[in-house]
Amino acid sequence: MNQYKNYTKLQLIFLVLLRFLVGWHILYEGIAKVLNPQWTSAGFLSESQWILSGFADWVTSNSGVLAAVDFLNTWGLIAIGLSLLLGLFARTAAIAGATLVFVYYLNSPPLIGIEYTLPVEGNNLIVNKTLIEAVALCVLALFPTSKIFGFDAFWSGRNKKKQGGEII
Amino acid sequence: MKEEMNADKKDNLSEEGKANGQGEGMPRRTVLKALAGLPVAGILGFEILRKHKYDVNKRSSVVKELGLDEIDFPMPDYGTKKSSGELIRLGFIGFGTRAGQLSSALGFKHPDDVKSRQQNNTLAEWLQQEYLNVAVTGICDVFDLHAEKGLSTAANEIRPGGQDAPKLPVKRYRTYREMLDDKDIDAVIIATPDHHHARMATEAARAGKHVYCEKSPALHLDELNELYSTIKNSSIVYQLGHQITQSIVFQQAKEIIKKNILGKITLIETTTNRNTAEGAWIRHLDANGNPKPGDEKSIDWNQWLGTAPYVPFSIDRFYSWTKWFDYDHGMIGQLFTHEYDAVNQLLHIGIPKSVSSSGGIYHWKDNRDMPDSLHCVFEYPQHELTLLYSGNLASSRGRGRVFMGHDASMELGNNAIITADRNSTRYADAIKSGLIDPGSPMISFNPDAGQIDAVTSASEKYYASRGLTTTTINGRRVDVTHLHLREWLNCIRNGGTPGANIEMAFQEGITCIMAHKSYLEKRTVEWDEANRKII
Repeated sequence: MNQYKNYTKLQLIFLVLLRFLVGWHILYEGIAKVLNPQWTSAGFLSESQWILSGFADWVTSNSGVLAAVDFLNTWGLIAIGLSLLLGLFARTAAIAGATLVFVYYLNSPPLIGIEYTLPVEGNNLIVNKTLIEAVALCVLALFPTSKIFGFDAFWSGRNKKKQGGEII
Repeated sequence: MKEEMNADKKDNLSEEGKANGQGEGMPRRTVLKALAGLPVAGILGFEILRKHKYDVNKRSSVVKELGLDEIDFPMPDYGTKKSSGELIRLGFIGFGTRAGQLSSALGFKHPDDVKSRQQNNTLAEWLQQEYLNVAVTGICDVFDLHAEKGLSTAANEIRPGGQDAPKLPVKRYRTYREMLDDKDIDAVIIATPDHHHARMATEAARAGKHVYCEKSPALHLDELNELYSTIKNSSIVYQLGHQITQSIVFQQAKEIIKKNILGKITLIETTTNRNTAEGAWIRHLDANGNPKPGDEKSIDWNQWLGTAPYVPFSIDRFYSWTKWFDYDHGMIGQLFTHEYDAVNQLLHIGIPKSVSSSGGIYHWKDNRDMPDSLHCVFEYPQHELTLLYSGNLASSRGRGRVFMGHDASMELGNNAIITADRNSTRYADAIKSGLIDPGSPMISFNPDAGQIDAVTSASEKYYASRGLTTTTINGRRVDVTHLHLREWLNCIRNGGTPGANIEMAFQEGITCIMAHKSYLEKRTVEWDEANRKII
């Protein structure tokens, strides 16, 4: 909690903004999948290359596993997105989100020599927006803001009071 | 983790806090800050509703504009009912590569294939294939190795239907006539080189056996006529091996045509685009460049030749027979037949008035007769349209299969993609208002659902051109050859006429014989409808 004291107002504003934006993005990714009954991760997984392609093949060739992955992915995204937006268990959500998004990255990293049939937005070399989002989530886990701008504040309210009330 | 545990402990307190609007005496400002995420979530929720409404509206406007709102897609009954009726005992005539695929589609795989499926985790998927209540009880092949492969495939007990499937003995027949004489065979599957097809199918029909025959139906006009009249005068079920129209996408494309979404169709372009030695039918060598197994001792060469002119034994001819006109019509017989069937199933165009073919051997300069670049123009003045076929074996640039209408075009592959024409009369207003964008697909059919997916993303195009070997029914991947055989077996049991029936086979046969004749004689050939002759 002490680190809150060290944030300047601007730092805090942009950290919260980053949390809202990433949360918004992840939450909508999840909701969009719920709204599209035809959505399945099979398309994404069939494009999987590099170290996770074997895993992706296994998932897509087992309809039960695929259904489970689709369900967990959709509702995992929604839970993580909502947590980040509302600031509820935000650190856990950020860590889970970073892991999940990093798995997406590992399925289709823009490495030299790996080519994809689906067109991608922009030009990427090793680094793409997925990787950046994964790292942004790590930053959010390390620089928490949810105890001020988030429901997590309610849990720590008493602590803070004991330690000397409001920080900012 | 520690923080979370603390958080849990204080759960009750904070609930109170929320209810009071003040957490444990938390200052009002602190509480408001803590709730900062709520308005953001609210905005997101509002925007999602707005977008959803917009998408639904747009989709329904397009669907309405096209008159597709009343389309009923046949919901396939696949996998919903148990196979009824008596067991059908099948005999394979010819057991090469294609027969292996056909038997797999029937529910029989060679033990080696089962093993490799097990290794790549796809065995379970195959075992889910509908049990067709058939037994393969006869194998006939002139090559001992192939016959043995057939015997162990038919006898393999790991198959859909599991323990319930009957285990009947499998017999090898030395000649197809021996098989046709056996009353213990109900139906035959002909998967030999093409020069045997018509004769075997005709004799099988005379022997009262139902026939599933790979394309082409016949190579010569007289044998085609004989096949046609024999089948017509028999009570057997004849199905030609064009499985691709079993794909659910074809059912959907049929609706598109029926609803006249494309407007008047005057041009259909079909293509073959291959660029490998295997694709150019150089198949007598293994991966190391050595000849594949087989010699005069293990292959009954005279029987293999059948009615074809005598040539000394050649392993090249045995495996790569497609290259010679004595055994088939080259690309016309092997590839255009599928294209023709796809178009004929959709538009029922029948026999063309005239055909003009040209091409040559430009790349694979071996001992072949068949051209590796071949282009045929089929004119249908009676339907006011032209059917084009362009096949090339030295470039794999995908050119698709496209139906061109005045109002829209349809690219039909694994997916049906319909794009409005920018000069369309029918969609002029919708294009002007921005409802329809002629620069991107207007509608496409997702084979995964009997639902119209309007205004799709560009990525659809990338999936569309992929191989038509499987289709998706009720969320399951299903082999289309399996569906085609299933249709044939259903007709045998319950009566009815399969899709690739003898009428379709006859029209296809004439069309291909005309195209081949045109290539050989370097002239336009015509169909004399009155005298039913090629002139």
